[in-house]
Amino acid sequence: MKRLYSILVENRSGVLAKVSGLFARRCFNIDSLAVGTTDDPDISCITVVSSGDKGTLEQIEKQLNKKINVIKIKTFAEEESISRELMLVKVRYTAKTRRDIMEICEILDAKIVDMSKNQMMIQICDTPEKSQLLLQMLNGVAITEVARCGTLALPKCGLSD
Amino acid sequence: MIGADAVVKCLEKEGVTTLFGYPGVAICPFFNSILNTKIESILVRSEQNAAHAASGYARVSGKAGVCVATSGPGATNLITGIATAYADSIPLICITGQVDSNLLGSDVFQEADITGAAESFVKYSYLVKDVSDIPRIMKEAFHIAQTGRKGPVLIDIPIDIQNKTIQNFRYPESVNLRTYKPTVKGHAVQLKKVSKELGRAKKPLICAGGGVILSGAQKELCDFSHKYKIPVVSTMMGISAMSSSDPLYYGMIGNNGRSCANKAMQESDLLIVIGARIADRAVSSPDLVAKDTVLIHIDVDPAEIGKNVGPTIPIVGDIKHIFNDLAKDTVQCNFKIWTDTLDRYRNAEKPRKKPHKGYVDPALFVTTLSNRLNDRAVYVADVGQNQMWSCMYYVAKSGRFLTSGGMGTMGYSIPAAIGAKMADKRLQVVAVCGDGSFQMSMNELATMAENKTDVKVIVFNNGYLGLVREYQHNTYNKKYSMVDLGSYPDLSKIAEAYSMPYLRLSDNKDMEKAIDDLLATKGSAIMECIIDPMDTVK
Ligand SMILES: Cc1ncc(C[n+]2csc(CCOP(=O)(O)OP(=O)(O)O)c2C)c(N)n1
Repeated sequence: MKRLYSILVENRSGVLAKVSGLFARRCFNIDSLAVGTTDDPDISCITVVSSGDKGTLEQIEKQLNKKINVIKIKTFAEEESISRELMLVKVRYTAKTRRDIMEICEILDAKIVDMSKNQMMIQICDTPEKSQLLLQMLNGVAITEVARCGTLALPKCGLSD
Repeated sequence: MIGADAVVKCLEKEGVTTLFGYPGVAICPFFNSILNTKIESILVRSEQNAAHAASGYARVSGKAGVCVATSGPGATNLITGIATAYADSIPLICITGQVDSNLLGSDVFQEADITGAAESFVKYSYLVKDVSDIPRIMKEAFHIAQTGRKGPVLIDIPIDIQNKTIQNFRYPESVNLRTYKPTVKGHAVQLKKVSKELGRAKKPLICAGGGVILSGAQKELCDFSHKYKIPVVSTMMGISAMSSSDPLYYGMIGNNGRSCANKAMQESDLLIVIGARIADRAVSSPDLVAKDTVLIHIDVDPAEIGKNVGPTIPIVGDIKHIFNDLAKDTVQCNFKIWTDTLDRYRNAEKPRKKPHKGYVDPALFVTTLSNRLNDRAVYVADVGQNQMWSCMYYVAKSGRFLTSGGMGTMGYSIPAAIGAKMADKRLQVVAVCGDGSFQMSMNELATMAENKTDVKVIVFNNGYLGLVREYQHNTYNKKYSMVDLGSYPDLSKIAEAYSMPYLRLSDNKDMEKAIDDLLATKGSAIMECIIDPMDTVK
């Protein structure tokens, strides 16, 4: 089972280490992790996607709550949330593959954000599944570099009314 | 006033009268400041034992124990003691010196990232970077250590911060931690369910853990149990929560527990677990608890509830508070049939097989010793076969039984006994250890001798790391490896070296007299009991 945790923490040095260390020590999975400040500069939001059985997912929330720098935890299932991740992919192209790549980008709503004589960089900002699909589709051409951020998520608007 | 003075001042404000420590340059400003106060600083012989001594102190005084060490190796030496306290939820304030804050992270001489290294064994930690933060940090540290689920808090203070002038020292009246608000009162709706379940149950059982003692709720536990005549069993950490002579107390559960206690766990239809983790050592298999048992789990730490066994009714809060709230309700119930059954189980228990002649029977010894101790005496058990024997045969009156339960740290008993004695000098204190565990902290005999700390040390000498030998005996078909301690040291000479009386007991004949002689000696003393090397727990 997958679960998303949106963890509001005090924006202080060492807090990310405490939170990620907790996952490591208790053998909780981190499928993805993203950090950034919120509208309040004293508060950061750590978004973690984790997976495990029901008991584990419950323990994650309880153990996080015990951490003194943790202010609040919101947890939700994938389908209750809108989640996005950003990915940059650098590919090598030839005259023969160029059109294909552009077509894939168009279909998947990805953007070409940089290019040189034989390489281009593609940006996608979508669900993790979409990013994965883009990688699959580009498998035929030479991918040279990939950078991908962790998933960001917020519960759907209807749920927090 | 400099930072070091401020730290000392905060300790005074918190009512600290004793601390345990070991110096080094990085903590020298602090140890210089302490000279100007009435706080008694006890120089131990190794930092690990400073933490253990602070733990013994905390458990007897009910307040956080304080230990202080220098940077680098001093700080890393503390870690086992910190981890031991963490595992048993003992409140500690651990203060370490640190290298100059401008040099942090550059691997200079005696720099160790102690807040990083100890992260998973502390309830919280601070690296002080600004001298003006000291009062707030100290106030918060004591608050965090002593409330909710108690535990060690580490404060790492670079030497330049200790030496820096602090303007306008003011110790805060209260803490302002928006992210830390432990639950004290149990939820009223949940509490009501307890009465309801009690009214319905036929075979209720209370399983008391260390949390009962940490919350100081021994009396409340007894009152609750007596009111409805509910039988009580305990975990290892819950030993001494209830008196052994109480007819409603059926002993310790677990692998090495009493069979009547384990049978009670298996057969009860309403299990009220209070301040216990129900960890692997206490309940070897989760199905020790019957499938259709209604489980009520009361704990101050919500994360413990449902961690090891699924609870039917969780109640989070301070145990003493919860007992007081439960006492307001009254339900009609009668459990006589159930307690009669348990009494039958108890009476049917077979006595331990007779040990070989010419040795001390550890079971008989523990029973005799604990019977002859003062009512309020503190009995500190070490780790190994000796711990099992102590747990199984200790007779609880109104005193305390201390041991390292969660971590099982060898060498705990002597330093913890020193700390316990320092917390209340009127108490009779004994440390019971194996020959292996004795040698892990016998350096503290010097601390005892120098401070005239009256602790009676009893060594069960079987010439082996007995518990591991027993394990190898059963698991590797008697192929022993790394467990033979041989015959050194000569304990009579060790005692002599520290100017302590030495007593030796080699069989059961003169046991009572020997124990009385030991307890009557003035000041500390060592008693060696010769145990059959092949004696076993099971
Ligand atoms: C610090 C530490 N190291 C190792 C162990 C593993 N261990 C558990 S019991 C034991 C043997 C203890 O021997 P001794 O103190 O002589 O007591 P006995 O079992 O003989 O009563 C050992 C080595 C431990 N619990 N703690």
